[in-house]
Amino acid sequence: MIRLFNLTFLVFLFLITKANSLIEIDITRGNLDPLPIAVSPLFQDDNSKKNSINELKIENVGSEISSVVENNLKTSGLFNPLSSEAFLQKPDIAHLKPRFEDWALIKAQALITGKVTIEDKKLKVEFRLWDILAGREMMALAFTTVPSNWRRVGHIISDKVYERLTGEKGYFDTRIIYVSEEGPKTARVKKLAIMDQDGFNTKYLTLGNELVLTPRFNPTSQMVTYLSYFKNLPRVYLLDIETGKQEVVGDFPGMTFAPRFSPNGKKIIMSFAKDGNSDIYTMDLENRVVERITNHPSIDTSPSYSPDNKYITFNSDRSGFQQIYVMKSDGSNVKRISFGKGLYGTPVWSPRGDLIAFTKLHKGKFYIGVMRTDGSGERLLTENYYQEAPSWSPNGRVLIFYRETKSNDKGEGFSAKLWSIDLTGYNERQVQTETDASDPSWSSLLSN
Amino acid sequence: MNFSKSFRNTFLVILLSLIVSACATKKTTTKVEGQMQGDVYTGTDTVKYLADGVPDRVFFATNESILTTKSRDTLRKQANWLRANSSINVVVEGHADERGTREYNLALGERRANAAKDYLITYGISADRISVISYGKERPVDSGSNPLSWSKNRRSVTVKAN
Repeated sequence: MIRLFNLTFLVFLFLITKANSLIEIDITRGNLDPLPIAVSPLFQDDNSKKNSINELKIENVGSEISSVVENNLKTSGLFNPLSSEAFLQKPDIAHLKPRFEDWALIKAQALITGKVTIEDKKLKVEFRLWDILAGREMMALAFTTVPSNWRRVGHIISDKVYERLTGEKGYFDTRIIYVSEEGPKTARVKKLAIMDQDGFNTKYLTLGNELVLTPRFNPTSQMVTYLSYFKNLPRVYLLDIETGKQEVVGDFPGMTFAPRFSPNGKKIIMSFAKDGNSDIYTMDLENRVVERITNHPSIDTSPSYSPDNKYITFNSDRSGFQQIYVMKSDGSNVKRISFGKGLYGTPVWSPRGDLIAFTKLHKGKFYIGVMRTDGSGERLLTENYYQEAPSWSPNGRVLIFYRETKSNDKGEGFSAKLWSIDLTGYNERQVQTETDASDPSWSSLLSN
Repeated sequence: MNFSKSFRNTFLVILLSLIVSACATKKTTTKVEGQMQGDVYTGTDTVKYLADGVPDRVFFATNESILTTKSRDTLRKQANWLRANSSINVVVEGHADERGTREYNLALGERRANAAKDYLITYGISADRISVISYGKERPVDSGSNPLSWSKNRRSVTVKAN
């Protein structure tokens, strides 16, 4: 198994100006007026260019990092990166001291400049964020890492800029684990796959010999839990992405499915089905103690913890149809919270704690929506023929889910793709994947 | 499930189903409606056979795991055949259509497979000869996105385990 991550980063904070700046982005509402930002290509001297070709087979890694940043800021929907053709000032000069009038002229309100050097198999990147209107520096940082980490540097810069301008943590230095799908609907081959949040660096983690479903990240480590039909026994598994080590979770006689980690990463919560009845169980990963949480003749599944580990939301048909319930994490105090028209499934607690995202089925349409944890304030974000399984970005601002298209009577025209949408209901986009894809799960931030 | 074995056993079944599906394609243009009763599939064009005159599957209504009269009739035939062939064990596979969330459908498939299993037990088949597996919506037999296709996919299928 290839070692996927190199988490060794050295970050030098050399100056952060805390002075009040004029620019600030409000992300709590749909942002229809994204902030115009100029991302000046990071400057690279000739010597570093030579080393860059040797090390990475890339001529100008500085511009490549800038493109990663631009793309991230653009897809967030909060920023409008301006075309570099309009830039009047050269990257190296701008990095030392931008002529604010030149950047104001092209209507930029913020500017990112930087410098890249590659020496002794080390990549050093400096960048600065400038407030054009106020005419001052807002942030300056430098990173040193191995050259192959250059895309991650782009993601970390994006996160720092996002955080400085919105006041909230970013979500760019993250990965998505999902199920890659190929082949006809009646004989679909499914593999676990992982990629950077922007669709790059795809790696396949299983070979497709057995059916795999619903991978979910541990919020605190590089572990994943998922359902595998290995040897035709549907069971919940644990996978360490770093080492490739896999193991079955617990010794249950029947099907275990719908796994998810507790927010502290110490437990797995899942459904166990036997004799036609599915109930919710937890397993402590340290001492392997299994605890039964629900005990009801209905189907209880799709459990998800609140971020403080105190509550669990889940899906049950105890009222006759699929609805969303909340209970204390010991299984007491069960309350139904979904009362709108239609069926409700796949509840997932927001990492911010205030909302539950869900899938809703009503009159032949599927919706992704959010509601408060007491069921009030239901908001449907997107409607389609088929879509389900939202997963939160680590900052709780974006949802990723999958969407399937209708096939005709011959079964043609079917596809499954990943999509993302803002909590506000704006900025719906397809997330690029190499193959068809489903069951996405967002990792936590890899760095802070 | 052992695929090579089930292939060996189903040579005749394939022949039979070819004949059946040939008949069905002739009919579909005019009698699509006739293959569903309410929400439940009643046709035969996806049905395979455990043995002569013993269909391998039963169909369910949307979100239901209740056995219809026709389903119970099929399962009684399966039970008779299993009594006569006491060395054979079976796996009951439970399936759902594509119009539901994945995890709920896994549970629903398990519930359907158990409804069929329980009926076989009622008719004298020992529980330890019957195992169940749910595929949820992962293994449709019909890839269309229309009510008739979905009705064919909401099923439990009894397959030989040895």
